[in-house]
Amino acid sequence: MTTAIRSRAVPRTGVDWFLTVMRTGLSFFFISGVVLFLLQQIDPQNPIAGVLNPDATGLTADQLEGLVISGLSQGAMYGLIALGYSMVYGVLGFINFAHGEVFMVGAMTGMITSNKLEEAGIWEDAFPVALVFIILVAIVCSTATAVIMERVAYRPLRGSPRLIPLITSIGVSFLIQNISIVLLGPGAKSYPSLPDWLSQKRTILFLEIEGTKMMVVLVAAISMAGLWYLVERTKTGKAMRAVAEDKEIASLMGIDVNRTIVTTFAVGGAMAGVAGILWGILFRSVIHTTGFLPGIKAFSAAVVGGIGNLGGAMAGGLTLGSAESLAPLMVLEPWGVNGVSQLRDAVAFLVLIFVLLVKPTGLFGERLSAEDRA
Amino acid sequence: MSTTEETTEILPSRDALDQDWRKVGNHGLLLGLALIFVSLANMPVSLDTRTIIEPLLSMGYLSLIWIPVVMGFVVSSEKVLEGIAYHDKGAREVAAGGLVGLIGGLGLSLLVILLDTFNLRDPLVNWSPALLELLHFDNGIGFGVVIWPVIGSGLGLFGGALHVLPSVARTVVGWIVGAVLVVAVFETVIMDLLTERLPFEFITDWFYFIRGGLSQQGAITVAIIGGALGYLRVLGQRGVVPTPVQNYKQLAGPERARANTLVIIACGIATAILPLLLGRITNELLANVGLFVLLALGLNIVVGLAGILDLGYVAFFAVGGYATAILTSPNRGESWPDWMPQSHWFVALIVVILFAILTGLFIGAPVIRMRGDYLAIVTLGFGEIIRLLFLSDWLGGYTGGAQGVTNIPGVDLGFVEIKGTDPRAVFYLVAVFCAIAIYVSWRLENSRLGRAWMAIREDESVAEAMGINTVNAKLMAFVVGAVLASFSGAIFAAKVGSVFPTSFIILVSIVILVVVIVGGMGNILGVIAGAAVLIGVLGGPKQPGLLAEFSEFKLLIYGALLIFMMLKRPEGLVPNVRRTRELHQDEFLQDAWLRSQVDADEEDGAPSGEVAPA
Repeated sequence: MTTAIRSRAVPRTGVDWFLTVMRTGLSFFFISGVVLFLLQQIDPQNPIAGVLNPDATGLTADQLEGLVISGLSQGAMYGLIALGYSMVYGVLGFINFAHGEVFMVGAMTGMITSNKLEEAGIWEDAFPVALVFIILVAIVCSTATAVIMERVAYRPLRGSPRLIPLITSIGVSFLIQNISIVLLGPGAKSYPSLPDWLSQKRTILFLEIEGTKMMVVLVAAISMAGLWYLVERTKTGKAMRAVAEDKEIASLMGIDVNRTIVTTFAVGGAMAGVAGILWGILFRSVIHTTGFLPGIKAFSAAVVGGIGNLGGAMAGGLTLGSAESLAPLMVLEPWGVNGVSQLRDAVAFLVLIFVLLVKPTGLFGERLSAEDRA
Repeated sequence: MSTTEETTEILPSRDALDQDWRKVGNHGLLLGLALIFVSLANMPVSLDTRTIIEPLLSMGYLSLIWIPVVMGFVVSSEKVLEGIAYHDKGAREVAAGGLVGLIGGLGLSLLVILLDTFNLRDPLVNWSPALLELLHFDNGIGFGVVIWPVIGSGLGLFGGALHVLPSVARTVVGWIVGAVLVVAVFETVIMDLLTERLPFEFITDWFYFIRGGLSQQGAITVAIIGGALGYLRVLGQRGVVPTPVQNYKQLAGPERARANTLVIIACGIATAILPLLLGRITNELLANVGLFVLLALGLNIVVGLAGILDLGYVAFFAVGGYATAILTSPNRGESWPDWMPQSHWFVALIVVILFAILTGLFIGAPVIRMRGDYLAIVTLGFGEIIRLLFLSDWLGGYTGGAQGVTNIPGVDLGFVEIKGTDPRAVFYLVAVFCAIAIYVSWRLENSRLGRAWMAIREDESVAEAMGINTVNAKLMAFVVGAVLASFSGAIFAAKVGSVFPTSFIILVSIVILVVVIVGGMGNILGVIAGAAVLIGVLGGPKQPGLLAEFSEFKLLIYGALLIFMMLKRPEGLVPNVRRTRELHQDEFLQDAWLRSQVDADEEDGAPSGEVAPA
């Protein structure tokens, strides 16, 4: 109802026209790209198919399958990180810019621990045990980072103007990245190689999937299920939802708001830690900037899914991951853009801008307290 | 000040053993961790090459020893609230400082033992014998283990003792330390200024050691001068000696306007003459600082005045740089049509301004209706998209892709060509544009538009209700900011002679943001001071500063500074009065409330000392 009143009260200005043009333009761009791509998939000799890009070749079924699977496995990871953004935004109403760095801390601890395990010979001999161990270590370190961050940087700023904690979190992000540089060195570091039985391709039903990607999706699904249980079925989760709805009323109901906020940060940190290990296993390389872009993309995923909405964060992650992996070839290539794989990151940001322009509440609706919605 | 004396009761100082042990323990542990972190970050080793006082003190040891002093001071500093009784400082404070220093020193001893026993070089790259040697002063492990608790408690005691010293002594000590540090840090500039064109070698010979650092007699002289200045300052504060600032504040009306004009003319003349006396390196440094002043003044309008957190500000810098490069360079991408002329820098500048306005509108329009925090991320996204586009093969024919655009000519003025090989000329060019930017910012701040921006910053809904067209005002902020940044980009392209996508990473946006925030959001002087201190001393994202040894650590320090400023002094070093009031609204309200209570009590005839007991 408020939106109806607002749109009538505000006169249509040049900016509104510009936005309408931008919305339609972007929609047209996306849709026509996909249509051209589909036409070409159906029949490469089709006269319309190559109208914008005569060199476009389309994709074979195998390529398409590979892109979808790698998109989904990365998307699952984005989703796990996005949960942290979404929960913190839901509870405190600010973007914890440094959450990507919590993820990086997870990936870094995973790197250190797994290399030590490899030296000790445990990594190959008992891989499942080693994996569970590094995930636990990463969860502990990431959670600690997130909790310390909250205590030192964000708690003193509660109730200050909106942008102040955001700027602080930029500082925290910057600081953690540079701590990683000065302590661990600036170069990229690699994870030990995975055992063959895990990395080989397997056929499930009619799909051929690499074992690692399967595992990534599986671990993400288990973590998500655990989180869902925590938030929807336990008392802690109830407290978290109550605090997200209204801090004052929650404290009147006997909920320790401070403690619940710390729990929120801790849970988000744990999810980011798991995601960090998944990153390490997928890409086997980690550097101090590892957290930055995935962090911002995960925030985009949270917005795409609807901020404050946990299921939405996961779905947004999967959407963004697939879009990022498919859109360069499905939308940009039919339009005649060359070197499309360089523009993957640009696509991710374009999706964010598009969603915010067309449906700012996200695909699955945002869940925010009344004061944050304004 | 006078009300404080009337209303606040001072209790006698407390016993040395009457400690808040938990607090002391926490601070001690924190100190220990900080010292271990600084050591493992390799600061002592890599800063050891920079001497402050030959042969007593190097930057490396300084990076360790300032922490116990500060911690020793902080552990027993308490907020004194108006009207609430507090204890006088005494033995307790000194003892707390010493204890904290002792615990922190034990932390370093532990590190010395660990360094000697284990080899953790694998994850921690700085776990080196060099660090161990530095920590035990080349005197064996035992010495190292014993000496650090001693040093730590000594420094902690000193820090705690600062509370007990009379305020005169505290100010004088502060001035002495400050003076020595400033003269040591600005060594290059001072040397350059006094010896490049002027025949003052005898002064620098007295003050500085040949291979860098203050000489001992120099340090003593500086300390004496610094102490004397500090004492003068105290006298000035007490009204014994008139100070220039107080005299200035007493001026009013036309007299004050005349004083302002004089100050501005003096600054202008100094800016004009100073580069003539300086050598290449220092002029280069000044030119870099100028470029960042220009960028920071632009961001100051967006963030400081209008309150829009634009994290993709580097996009406008990039647009300015690339537009200039493409229009002036013979070496631009091969896809441009042949008839496109290779234009003069000033012609290009007009096109650059047009492009900057268009980019500002294009990026501004979609984000203007978004929530402040979404806006930050989306602008960051735009900044990254623009860089990726410049980098991509798709536009590579126009922008040169990863190879960038090279061979950009300088600014040909007919009698002289301004380019990177002549940093003095570049500085003059930058200074002219800075002057324009300062004038524009100053006029805008007090204009209708400026007031609209500030109203939006404080509360957008209220501003809208007051009849301000918020959309247009915010778009204008974007556009003005974009044009100033594009000036900087245009000069940058002419100065460096080439542009690459790597010059325009997000890091640049964040560094400019740090400059604006540390200097003081919404304050022109503050922004200039911030750029001079941060970019000049520590260095920009790629440009070295005066402390070239700090290049590994400058980003770490930027991050820490940003957090520190946001927590402790969000209004910046040189605050804007109005912004300060907004940021400390609660405290102002509390003060107002207390004052009203005092007034009410005085009317009732009750003693005013019993207001708001602890």
